[in-house]
Amino acid sequence: MSNTKSNPPAAEREARDELDRENARELGAAGSRLSTAPSEESSAGLPAMGVIGWVRWFWRQLTSMRVALILLFLLSLGAIPGSLIPQNSVDEMKVETFKKAHTTVSPIYEKLQFFDVYSSVWFSAIYILLFVSLIGCIVPRTGQFVGQLRSRPPGAPKRLTRLPAYTTWRTGAEPEQVREAALAMMRKRRYRAHTAGDAVAAEKGYLREAGNLVFHIALIVMLVAFAFGQLFKSEGGKLVVEGDGFSNTLTQYDDFKSGSLFDADSLAPFSFKLDKFTGTYERSGPQRGTPRTYEAHVTYEKGAYGKPQKSVIRVNEPLVIDGTKVYLNAHGYAPVVSVKDGRGKEVYRSPVPLLPIDNNVTSTGAIKVFDGYRDKNGKKTQLGFQAFFVPTFAGNGKGTMFSQFPAADMPVLALNGYQGYLGPDSGLAQNVYQLDKSKMTEFKDAEGKQLKQRLLVGETMKLPDGAGSITFEGIQEWASFQISEQPASGWALTGAVAAIAGLAGSLFIQRRRVWVRAVRGADGVTVVEMAGLGRSESAKLPEELADLAVALIESAPPRADAGPGAEPDSSPEPDSDSVEESSEEPAEGAEK
Amino acid sequence: MNLAAATNENLAHTSNVLIYSSMAVYTLAFFAYIAEWVFGSRSKVGRTAAALTGAEGADAAGSVKVQVAQQGGGTAVLDRPKIITRAAAGTRDVPDGPGAAGGTFKGDLYGRMAVSMTVLAFLVEAGGVLARAMSVQRAPWGNMYEFSITFSTVAVGAYLVLLALKKNVRWMGLLLVTTVLLDLGIATTWLYTDSDQLVPALHSYWLWIHVSTAIICGAVFFLGGVGTLMYLFRDSYENKLANGGEPGAFAQSVLSRLPSAASLDKFSYRINAAVFPLWTFTIIAGAIWAGDAWGRYWGWDPKEVWSFITWVAYACYLHARATAGWKGRKAAYLALIAFGCWLFNYYGVNIFVTGKHSYAGV
Ligand code: HEM
Repeated sequence: MSNTKSNPPAAEREARDELDRENARELGAAGSRLSTAPSEESSAGLPAMGVIGWVRWFWRQLTSMRVALILLFLLSLGAIPGSLIPQNSVDEMKVETFKKAHTTVSPIYEKLQFFDVYSSVWFSAIYILLFVSLIGCIVPRTGQFVGQLRSRPPGAPKRLTRLPAYTTWRTGAEPEQVREAALAMMRKRRYRAHTAGDAVAAEKGYLREAGNLVFHIALIVMLVAFAFGQLFKSEGGKLVVEGDGFSNTLTQYDDFKSGSLFDADSLAPFSFKLDKFTGTYERSGPQRGTPRTYEAHVTYEKGAYGKPQKSVIRVNEPLVIDGTKVYLNAHGYAPVVSVKDGRGKEVYRSPVPLLPIDNNVTSTGAIKVFDGYRDKNGKKTQLGFQAFFVPTFAGNGKGTMFSQFPAADMPVLALNGYQGYLGPDSGLAQNVYQLDKSKMTEFKDAEGKQLKQRLLVGETMKLPDGAGSITFEGIQEWASFQISEQPASGWALTGAVAAIAGLAGSLFIQRRRVWVRAVRGADGVTVVEMAGLGRSESAKLPEELADLAVALIESAPPRADAGPGAEPDSSPEPDSDSVEESSEEPAEGAEK
Repeated sequence: MNLAAATNENLAHTSNVLIYSSMAVYTLAFFAYIAEWVFGSRSKVGRTAAALTGAEGADAAGSVKVQVAQQGGGTAVLDRPKIITRAAAGTRDVPDGPGAAGGTFKGDLYGRMAVSMTVLAFLVEAGGVLARAMSVQRAPWGNMYEFSITFSTVAVGAYLVLLALKKNVRWMGLLLVTTVLLDLGIATTWLYTDSDQLVPALHSYWLWIHVSTAIICGAVFFLGGVGTLMYLFRDSYENKLANGGEPGAFAQSVLSRLPSAASLDKFSYRINAAVFPLWTFTIIAGAIWAGDAWGRYWGWDPKEVWSFITWVAYACYLHARATAGWKGRKAAYLALIAFGCWLFNYYGVNIFVTGKHSYAGV
């Protein structure tokens, strides 16, 4: 469109503005109820006197589009601090480190609940207000929409020429005939149509509104499902060495968290045994050592008397038993050691899970011999060893005792030992990996230095003065599992799917009205007028109107003296911009 | 090194060569687009079209010949009736500018060359992405380098699809190619990562679904963002003219050739609205994947937080367009903020924030 027009003088512009206003008034009735969006005119007015007036006013504010907009904006703004400041819900250790490093701001952050943003009072307030607003918005809109579905599209405005898309022609057919044909044609194209006076009124695209309502309702379903899941969820961790098992009762967990309404009796009854863990790693290239596959081969039993079934748990593939999911979380090595006491009797033989401290699975931990050990004089005491394990040793003389590769290519176990009192056998998970040396004395070698030794598989470290020995017997692997149950996730998923479907309907469907008027002109010839109105300007609307006109022309052929598009026009070339718009674009938003 | 590894090494090398070649071709396209704008600035049409009008809001939309099937199998050509269209009350009725070439022959010639070279560069770059995918034998979306090259390929692809659909988007070429060169420059210098396998957490078909839709969303949101930005410029230009102001010569020359503010606004709305459901899907797909990989659907990980923020920001924009007093420029600012959130989620979160989405590989 490169038509050049000169700037109109002010008077002319004013006249045109007046025309626009008149247009708007006239179209008001025809365009009414084309959506259920709340009108905005009430938001500026001050409330009437009295409590009820204020409540009404507040409610109207809360459910207005403007406040919904502000709340949405606040919601996104409020989510930001949680992504930049460590969160208790994600990693409590990080929060502690942060607090130690930032002593001035931490108390302020603490007050503002910045370490628990997503469960903070203010964040909750925003989304609860938003959802109250949402419900306050949906209920009346649903009512209005049902009303619109029951009633008929409004009759034709007086001057169809004022509508965004318009066409006319003269025909030899009778007006009643044309209207009947138009009615049939519209209905065949699934318009809701009826005849009102001298015109047929038709409307289509109600699915847009339906989709929009479904979307907003689905948001509520998702939120409720999410909240329900949080209240009733359970989640715990368990470290299992190859050959060992787990059964799903509270006492078996290493650590356990649950929602505030969770009931321990509702844990799904099942058990499983870790038969074997395998990990493979990149052997060459710059990413040497990066894990490639982790697989936990398990045998599980459903319920108390289920029959054993085999399965493999991988990182992205949890084992699902009765709605409870068992995820593979981490893995590491558990060197098997045996300990002989002063009398040469084996008092301890067990795999000892060690915790990895780097990507090459350099691991540390503690070996604790609580019972059965007697020194060479037959006196009961306890032994403790600090263990340092590398699956792939760099080689003697290479200095470092850090692992070179995560697979167990050349495993070495370094130990130093203590004798005395280990402290109470509380069984607390975190204590398992640490040695409380306050009541222990370390073993010394012949030169009076701390006794320590690197062992290969099969090697033994002798303790001084006939105190016995410890042998590195072999290696097993362990895997740690997260066992979690999150109820209502099916509902959340259903809500999510409905939300997407509704959204697509809301954004891709255009709601529009078409009127066909057929009247006998002054000269006795029938004049057909067609016009269309959408929620907004749409390039598709003229296209569609043209299609409808072509269809109608079959039963109301134009007279030879006045063809379609009766007005003579000096520029017969098609307007490329309007014609070229394709059909997959979304309908325009609410623009009244 | 075994044979397969050697082939993969070769493919990775081929991929790099293709990416560099595409950058060279994009550079040529860049200069051709510049030439288009420069020659276009000498156009008379460009300047006269700048004298904007708010003329009678009536335009004739096509009396196009349509084929109508007849009984018996033949077809007859019917004159499609002429449809009179009229701008909605209250909107400025300003015609679109003539495009970068400004209607000049030379400008148009360079413009066509630029588009051809963009097509060529796109094919070469797509080849580079494909070779990369073959060399690693997985979806080429394991780190930020791969993410970036795919992102710009998809953005250019989307632009070319719009062009092929005869949408009025050629004016965007220069901005697009500039951004693509910037993106590829950053990718090849700072983000480059040798091709390799994925860590187990990324081994999932959800990678294909979630990451591919995320990239498509970003690329298309980008086009919408460019439209919005230009809308803001063009809108203030039109306002100035309507109030009798005199825009600077450069603004006059460039902005007068852009589509009208109304067209730009509609363009960016359509783009954003079309992608919003896909973005919603991307987030949900990500949640499902997180449910499988980490045992929780939603854990407020920084990447999740910023995806959510982006989503809410776009929802905000869509609402603003339906709210009196927020249409137009204010809504446009919201759209830009929303795209800013997407960008931060893409670069910022990967680089500055540590979270579980630790595959950035920078
Ligand atoms: C959880 C927060 C919300 C989100 C994420 C959301 C999102 C959306 C989206 C994406 C659309 C589609 C826009 C379009 O059709 O052009 C929309 C439309 C709409 N929303 Fe919301 N919305 C939320 C809350 C609300 C609230 C609280 C209200 C009520 C005040 C509301 C009222 C509307 C209305 C009336 C429309 C239709 C506008 C139109 O007809 O174009 N929304 N919303």
